[in-house]
Amino acid sequence: MVFRRALGTSWKGLNTHRTRSALTILGIVIGVTAIILIVSLGEGAQALILGEVQSIGAKTIAVVPGREPKGPSDFLSTFTDSLKQKDIDALSRTTNAPHISRIMPIVFGSQSASYGGETYRPTIYGATPLFADIYNIAPVEGRIFNDDEVRGYADVVIIGNKVAEELFGNEEALGKRIRIKEKSFRVIGVLGAAGQSLFLNFDTAAIVPYTTAQQYIFGIKYFHRIVVEADTEANVPATIEDVKATLRASHGIDNPEKDDFFLETQADAMETVGTITNVLTLFLAAVAAISLVVGGVGIMNIMLVSVTERTREIGLRKAVGAKDTDIMLQFLLEAVILTVLGGLAGIMLGAFFSFLISLVLGRTLAVNWEFVFPFGAAALGIAVAAVVGLVFGLYPARVASKKSPIEALRYE
Amino acid sequence: MVLIEARDLEKTYWDDGVVTPALRGVSFDIKKGEFVAIMGPSGSGKSTLLHLLGFLDRPTSGLYRFDGRAIDEHSDHDLAEVRNRKMGFVFQTFNLLPRATTLENVKLPLLYSGIPEKKWNHMAEEAIEAVGLTHRLHHESSQLSGGERQRVAIARALVLTPEIIFADEPTGNLDSKSGQAVMSILEKLNRTRGHTIVLITHETYTAEQAERILHLMDGELVKDEKVKARRTSDHFIK
Ligand SMILES: Nc1ncnc2c1ncn2[C@@H]1O[C@H](COP(=O)(O)OP(=O)(O)O)[C@@H](O)[C@H]1O
Ligand SMILES: [Mg+2]
Repeated sequence: MVFRRALGTSWKGLNTHRTRSALTILGIVIGVTAIILIVSLGEGAQALILGEVQSIGAKTIAVVPGREPKGPSDFLSTFTDSLKQKDIDALSRTTNAPHISRIMPIVFGSQSASYGGETYRPTIYGATPLFADIYNIAPVEGRIFNDDEVRGYADVVIIGNKVAEELFGNEEALGKRIRIKEKSFRVIGVLGAAGQSLFLNFDTAAIVPYTTAQQYIFGIKYFHRIVVEADTEANVPATIEDVKATLRASHGIDNPEKDDFFLETQADAMETVGTITNVLTLFLAAVAAISLVVGGVGIMNIMLVSVTERTREIGLRKAVGAKDTDIMLQFLLEAVILTVLGGLAGIMLGAFFSFLISLVLGRTLAVNWEFVFPFGAAALGIAVAAVVGLVFGLYPARVASKKSPIEALRYE
Repeated sequence: MVLIEARDLEKTYWDDGVVTPALRGVSFDIKKGEFVAIMGPSGSGKSTLLHLLGFLDRPTSGLYRFDGRAIDEHSDHDLAEVRNRKMGFVFQTFNLLPRATTLENVKLPLLYSGIPEKKWNHMAEEAIEAVGLTHRLHHESSQLSGGERQRVAIARALVLTPEIIFADEPTGNLDSKSGQAVMSILEKLNRTRGHTIVLITHETYTAEQAERILHLMDGELVKDEKVKARRTSDHFIK
């Protein structure tokens, strides 16, 4: 009751000085806007990346040669030649890994391709027919190569939309022969426009049988990846252990510390993505929070001026019976109302801007960027704004409450 | 019944090393229901005395008893309560809240009174009626004339039916006509409702509407006289 009356008094006080009140909270508005914007966009980006990761499939495990990178310098050792045909043979044996349903080796690299006078540098993937299934792609024209063609080192290629456009223009690509690294390949399939996917861009890809790629394009006997698929999602952990054991036996490794390969799963990738975006969002939000403190100092500053200017009002209130605590409460509430209003304005502005940005990103990047209203951040923003009001309003409110009534009444 | 008991009241201001003895030992009594004027030249200590009597400040030395209790016996919190319930103030410069209506201004003391909110409007309207401003209830103070503003201030002083009303040169900023209107309201409140009134003025004409005049000079009480021929201005207000 007392509190509600004080609230009314403070509200009137703010209303009397409307322009000043609005200017005072600008810092808070900007700070909270920034926090909402950052968190909302952060969550949007995370959702987008996680969506991409999920599209790879929860049952898929990628075996990567080399030691698992623990820091930037480790990346140098990533491309090693530890994954060979014998590993595929070992993994294929059901006694070794009973839950593996499919295995696919992959080699990849960038090579220039040419047709007539046109050249383009696509990313070459050497794979098996499973490729289309695992990565969920299908040619709009032509077909995927088959297992016989893989076994027979066939000179066939499926090209991405962009590759077709660069090499052939408006000309029909299907059935034509293109040159990749001294060898001529027959185009048996053209992919539709897949759009930008975060990890793989099949628009700029040329997919050939891995055997052909190893022999004629890269000149290697090893694989860049072995992709393994478990029969069910529940069997993924068991399969991971089976794959590790099988490969260690195949490579003669008895100390896991010495592994010359590591496994990547969707769960790992999601965790990594989650961690990275969370850390980034947190960091940026912390920077934005600093601007709230700056806003708080601004509020303290202006409130001190306001207290001096309203000395007469304070004196009058005291003369008619206001106690120190009444004056204190009045000014403290003014500060908190101000900052909370600033927080609310910031939330609305922040949500509005991040909605706009999500629209623009969705259009320009042709990605499915979802607008996420960050309820957590909004609640936090209001709470922080209120605390800023309390903390930075405390000193001016105390100064106001300690004014003696006669000093206040004499003030001209 | 004695309401105010002042004995050897002294007040000295220390301001940046400058010592100003504003009151140098003043003694007098004021009875309940009295209408007393305090006169004296500028700087003689009139406002200082009023601030002490009105519990707005504490004396440097001496004894001051209001309604039977010495000021020393009160905490600041208590003083605020006494000011709220037993005292009303009217100042030369009106001191109304900016951008607030007559009603809102008059309700201000109620805000700190602990009286249930549902009674506020009724109490305030009664006080406003007593100063004849019912037709200005919802006007902001900026829309009122000086005389009307001072009457709002009187209504504000009245709203909790205080024992005493302190008025520091209430007519000082008004033309003589509005000044007279204000004076006749004060006089009527004293006569018909029994409010004790302590009024500061430097105009003899105004002071002579009181029953008694205290003359201050250089912080000392130089004369305490009964007014033999009280002036009235009753003809002025209905
Ligand atoms: N807060 C104060 N600080 C310092 N000196 C003051 C203060 N208030 C009043 N004085 C001084 O005390 C003396 C009496 O002042 P005041 O009571 O206001 O006189 P009056 O109201 O009779 O004109 C004056 O000399 C004035 O300058
Ligand atoms: Mg004075």
